[in-house]
Amino acid sequence: MKSLEELKAIREKMQGQVGIRKESDTQTRVVVGMATCGIASGARPVLVALSDAVQKKGLSNVAVIQTGCIGLCQFEPIIEVLEPGKEKVTYVKVTPEKALEIVDQHLVRGQVIGEYTISNTIN
Amino acid sequence: MMTELSLNILDVAENSIRARATLIEIEVSADMTTDLLLIVIRDNGCGMTKEEVEAVIDPFFTTRTTRKVGLGVPFFKLAAESTGGKFLITSKKGEGTVVSATFILSHIDRMPLGDMAATIHTLIVYHPMIDFIYRYTFSEKSFTLDTREFREILGELPLDSPDVSAYILSYLKENGQETDGGNIY
Repeated sequence: MKSLEELKAIREKMQGQVGIRKESDTQTRVVVGMATCGIASGARPVLVALSDAVQKKGLSNVAVIQTGCIGLCQFEPIIEVLEPGKEKVTYVKVTPEKALEIVDQHLVRGQVIGEYTISNTIN
Repeated sequence: MMTELSLNILDVAENSIRARATLIEIEVSADMTTDLLLIVIRDNGCGMTKEEVEAVIDPFFTTRTTRKVGLGVPFFKLAAESTGGKFLITSKKGEGTVVSATFILSHIDRMPLGDMAATIHTLIVYHPMIDFIYRYTFSEKSFTLDTREFREILGELPLDSPDVSAYILSYLKENGQETDGGNIY
């Protein structure tokens, strides 16, 4: 069994570093819909892939958060990217693979992947 | 329909969070000799009246305003009952709610349990202000994760900080594996 000793070691390592994370006006919020509709459509692996990639790439200005039903159940899994000062971008029918592309193209390079957005899907 | 029971658990536990629970207990207990799988989700949220309890079993009841159907509880109920198992909700206004479901393990219509580590990990790190107790039992063996215990060690360090989050996931995976011996069911 994994012991709690390891957790103590993490605490010691992190001591003094607490409080670095703060919500700020420059932070990009990436929201994943995790209601019944989202979960049933595969939102959990999307959320995991997204947060792993954001952490791996060290995108400290990006916060991955979850929300309830966005109201567009037929398009789940949905990811909304909210960048300060920019219009919200809604990606629909996201897979873990698409989530990684969104991290690379949109969150790192700042280029919206039009093909995966809701406006592209509806029109 | 969900593809694994762990997704039903994730979904039903989200109801507890919306009910402003501060402590959520999740119990998964599989017993190969009695051929039963028991899943219990217990919270100290706002609870429901008798009428509301009856209503949540109805797919066309939901408290949300973004859509008109609420399928979380009906999905979970169907998943249990289609294996010959039982489903029960008990709730008391102001005290909390208990959702419990039993499944006949060997029934052909029983969904696989799926990735419980991912479900519990997602619940904890995306709701770092809520406490969770997860108890997993497989035949004779069991392990418990209690975020209150973690918090005592961590002090100010939040449960969703990267190193702690990684620790929680491996804690769930390793201890889960030791409990069920890597049995996939």
